[in-house]
Amino acid sequence: MIWQIEFVVLLIVLICGIAAISVRDLLGAAILFGAYSFMMCLLWAIMGAVDVAFTEASVGAGISTVLFVAAVFRTSRRTKD
Amino acid sequence: MKPAAIIIVLLFGALLGYAAMDFPPWGDPAAPASVHVSPYYIEHSLTQTSVPNIVTAVLADYRGYDTLFETIVIFSAGVACLFLMRVFRHTEPDSRMYRHLPSGITLRVAKGYAPPPESREFERIDLTWVPYNLVVKTTSRLIVPFSQLFALYVIAHGHHSPGGGFQGGVILGASIVLYAIATNMRASLARFSEKRAVGLCVLGVFIYAGTGVLCMLLGANYLDYGALAVLFAGDGVAARSHGILMVEVGVGITVMAVMVHLYYSLASSGRHDEGL
Repeated sequence: MIWQIEFVVLLIVLICGIAAISVRDLLGAAILFGAYSFMMCLLWAIMGAVDVAFTEASVGAGISTVLFVAAVFRTSRRTKD
Repeated sequence: MKPAAIIIVLLFGALLGYAAMDFPPWGDPAAPASVHVSPYYIEHSLTQTSVPNIVTAVLADYRGYDTLFETIVIFSAGVACLFLMRVFRHTEPDSRMYRHLPSGITLRVAKGYAPPPESREFERIDLTWVPYNLVVKTTSRLIVPFSQLFALYVIAHGHHSPGGGFQGGVILGASIVLYAIATNMRASLARFSEKRAVGLCVLGVFIYAGTGVLCMLLGANYLDYGALAVLFAGDGVAARSHGILMVEVGVGITVMAVMVHLYYSLASSGRHDEGL
C-alpha cells in the first residue's frame, strides 16, 4: 500500500473525529461521524481486515448515521456546550 | 469542570498510548496470535468446515457461542429500546393533517373532531410534511429492491467473501429504513409492521439457538454442526458449512428487525405514527 494514501486517510480520520465532538451543529456532527466511520473503514481495508471494514461501512457509516439523524430530528439541532 | 475533564481525558489517553506500546507491531509474524492461534485456523478451517472464508468459519463455527451471545446482546438491546422509547399509551395528537389528493388542499383536523371519510382521495400527512420529491421517491424505489437482493447475497455468500449475517442484516434493515424515509412512516409500517419487527427479532435468535438444539437432538454437542449431516445428505464437513448458513440467517433476521424497530422508535419518538 502507498503510505501517502494511508497517511492522508489517517489525517482525515483525526480531523473528522475532532470536528465531530467540537461542532455545535448536531446534524453536522452526525454527518462528520459518518465520514469518520467511512475513513476508518478504508483503514481497516488497507490493513487487510475486509470483514471488519464491511461491518464498519454498513453499521458505522450507514445505519448509525441514520439513527443519529433521526435522534437529532426529534431533539434539538444545536447543542449548548 | 471543563479543564478537569480535559486533564482526565489526556491522562487516560496517554495511559492507553503507553499500554499500546506493549502490543506486538502490526503484522508481526512472531506475535503470539500469529504463532499459536492463526496457523491452526489457516491450516484446518477449509478441511474441517469447507468454508473458504476463515473469518466466517471462526465466527460461526469455532467461536459459535460468542456469535450466539452477540446476537442475544443485539436482541436484548432491541427489547430494551422497545421498553425505553415506545409510548404504549395511545394519546390523540393535538391536530392531524390530511391532504385531498385531487385538489392538493390540506385539511387540519383538530383534536376530538372526526377525520375525513376513509377513501383514496384523502391521505394523512405529517405535521412537518414537505411535497414529495419525485427524484428521491423514484431513486429509492430503484435502490430498495437491489439493496435487499445485495443483502441476501451478503448473508448467503458470507462463506466465500467478506460478509455474513450482521452486515447483510444491517443492509436489509437499511433498505426498509430508506423506504420509510423516502415515503413516510405509516406507509413503511403498513409494509413492515411493528409486530412483525418484534416477531422477527425473536425468530432470529430462535433459529440460532434452535440450530444448536437440533445438533443436540441429533446426538452431538450444542452448536456442533457436524451432526446435521443426516439432514443434508452429505458428509460432516459439508454439514458444517450448511449449519453456518443456518445461523447466519438467524443473525441476519434479528439484526434487520432490531435496526428497523430502532429507527421506528427513534424517528417517531416512540409513537409510531409520524416521523422522519
